[in-house]
Amino acid sequence: MPKNKKVEYLINFVGILAVFGILVFFLDTGILGKQVNYIRGIVTIALLTIIMVTSLNLTTGFMGEFSLGHAGFMSIGAYSSSIVTLALADSNIPNMLLFIIAIIVGAVVTAIMGFLVGIPALRLKGDYLAIVTVAVAEIVRVAFCNFAITGGGKTLSGIKKLSDVHYVYVVMIICVVIMYMFIRSRFGRAVKAIREDYIAASSSGINVTNYKVMTFTISAMFAGVAGAIYAHYMTAMIPNTFSFMKSSEYLTMVILGGSGSFTGSIIGASVLSALPELLRDFASYRMLMYSVVLVLVMIFRPGGIFGTYEFSLIRVLKKVFGKNKGGADNE
Amino acid sequence: MLNVSLFIQSIVNGLNQGAVYALVALGYTMVYGIIRMINFAHGDFIMVGGYTLFYTIPLMVNAGMPAWMSVIIAIAVCTIVGVAVERIAYKPVRGAGSMSALITALAMSLFLENLALVLFGANPKSVPAIFNLPMIDFAGAKLPGKALITLVIGLAIMLLLQIFIKFTKLGKAMRAVPQDKQASTLVGINVNKIITITFAIGSALAAVAALMYCSTYPRANTEMGVMLGLKAFIAAVLGGIGIIPGAMLGGIIVGLVEIFVKVYLAPGWYEAITYGILIVVLLVKPTGILGKNIGEKV
Repeated sequence: MPKNKKVEYLINFVGILAVFGILVFFLDTGILGKQVNYIRGIVTIALLTIIMVTSLNLTTGFMGEFSLGHAGFMSIGAYSSSIVTLALADSNIPNMLLFIIAIIVGAVVTAIMGFLVGIPALRLKGDYLAIVTVAVAEIVRVAFCNFAITGGGKTLSGIKKLSDVHYVYVVMIICVVIMYMFIRSRFGRAVKAIREDYIAASSSGINVTNYKVMTFTISAMFAGVAGAIYAHYMTAMIPNTFSFMKSSEYLTMVILGGSGSFTGSIIGASVLSALPELLRDFASYRMLMYSVVLVLVMIFRPGGIFGTYEFSLIRVLKKVFGKNKGGADNE
Repeated sequence: MLNVSLFIQSIVNGLNQGAVYALVALGYTMVYGIIRMINFAHGDFIMVGGYTLFYTIPLMVNAGMPAWMSVIIAIAVCTIVGVAVERIAYKPVRGAGSMSALITALAMSLFLENLALVLFGANPKSVPAIFNLPMIDFAGAKLPGKALITLVIGLAIMLLLQIFIKFTKLGKAMRAVPQDKQASTLVGINVNKIITITFAIGSALAAVAALMYCSTYPRANTEMGVMLGLKAFIAAVLGGIGIIPGAMLGGIIVGLVEIFVKVYLAPGWYEAITYGILIVVLLVKPTGILGKNIGEKV
């Protein structure tokens, strides 16, 4: 029913706009007073964490392979985009265009790296693949510590602050929608089939290697986007930020939210990235609690809090208005 | 011309470093061999050992005993921690698939690190000297006595472990469980007990590794186990994870490569080269150097 679909897309679009409206209301009308800059920062970090976690969910949740080196791809995006914007610093390109350039550069360079890493690495499975992703991320970190152009182990600073929270929100929506469309497409179904049983999938004509490399590349690409946002928000960074610990933090967010659920990733990423700021007074106990919660979730709900559940605005509306028909999912 | 004394010194340092990695790698490999799980908390057992040493060495010295005796307490503490982690966190998720196991292990690693942070604070503690040995002159090379003694301890422990695994009944049971859990239960092996014993031995080895590590780098901090554990794990995978001689071989290789790259090639790149070697080995031989290729059944 194409007309019905159009209406559903419209409703979802309105939903996204409404969230944006709430964001603008809180951040731009001065209702929060002096703290607004601080909160804007938290929101920006939360938004880019959403991109990171959803993109990692593509590999981990939907393809069923561990990646423990996602922060490595983030750093590739961060450094490649900042090198370009630093080179363009003196030109008179408007900030918005420069931001778009940074994101495209981050995405393209990281996608190429992801592709190059993916081809050999995805021959391995399970734990071995996880280890290779760790190794790649560590090599990237050491390389960035040594190259002169990336600061040579010192802080790379002087990056323009381009990541405005409104732009970042738009970028986040675009990224998540693309990833959602990918998973709901023919390709996404093939990827899920590989996760369930790769032997059965390959015997029904799915080219396992192709799909795996494709998913891995897309996943890496969006990590690059998040990296570009990060670099142009922080304006200074060192390679050691993107360590193994950072990668495992993102992985725990994916699993805690629910591997194989965009809703889980989005809520997991926003809550878990904002939580440290809100609980700053209990900083040392916070991580302790976090790890205990993680273990408890793993014991009692191994699929994560949301499992594979997806939130759907259409479904909620239908429930409210009493019509009980299945509908498209909101991201 | 090659500087002979520097070369010998590098070999001894490399073997010394390698012995530490090998001991830690043994813990990883034994656990992986038996329950197919990467125990990310293993590196943090070393941290537990490091802090135990920091607090017990002064007591030992005050009691008039040699400082290295505190390793006995460290072994006891690490074993208790290791077994507790296994019983409380790992056992309930054992049937839930590798993803849950991996995340639980990461969570336990986080837990131990942050518990240490709460208990001991963020400042690194400097561990008192463990061995007071003179430098030894060998073919013009100055070798620190403590490097030699840790090397000897490491090799001795590996030899003992190999004898234990090969010839005792318990060792045979430990080799049987990874091969076939059900069949081992049928012949009267208590699989849960064997898994617990594996964790106990692994953690005890981590305590010894902590002693060796702290005798060279006398600092204990909450993150000391992360990089050490990661590298030891790389060593275990390199040698062939689940295979005990593989862990030793991998550890020694990683140690030697690190020291030689540091001394002769490019000091900043030694970690990258270790990881590069790992990737190449895994791509050529996906089960590691000593690993056996097992075909998959449909």
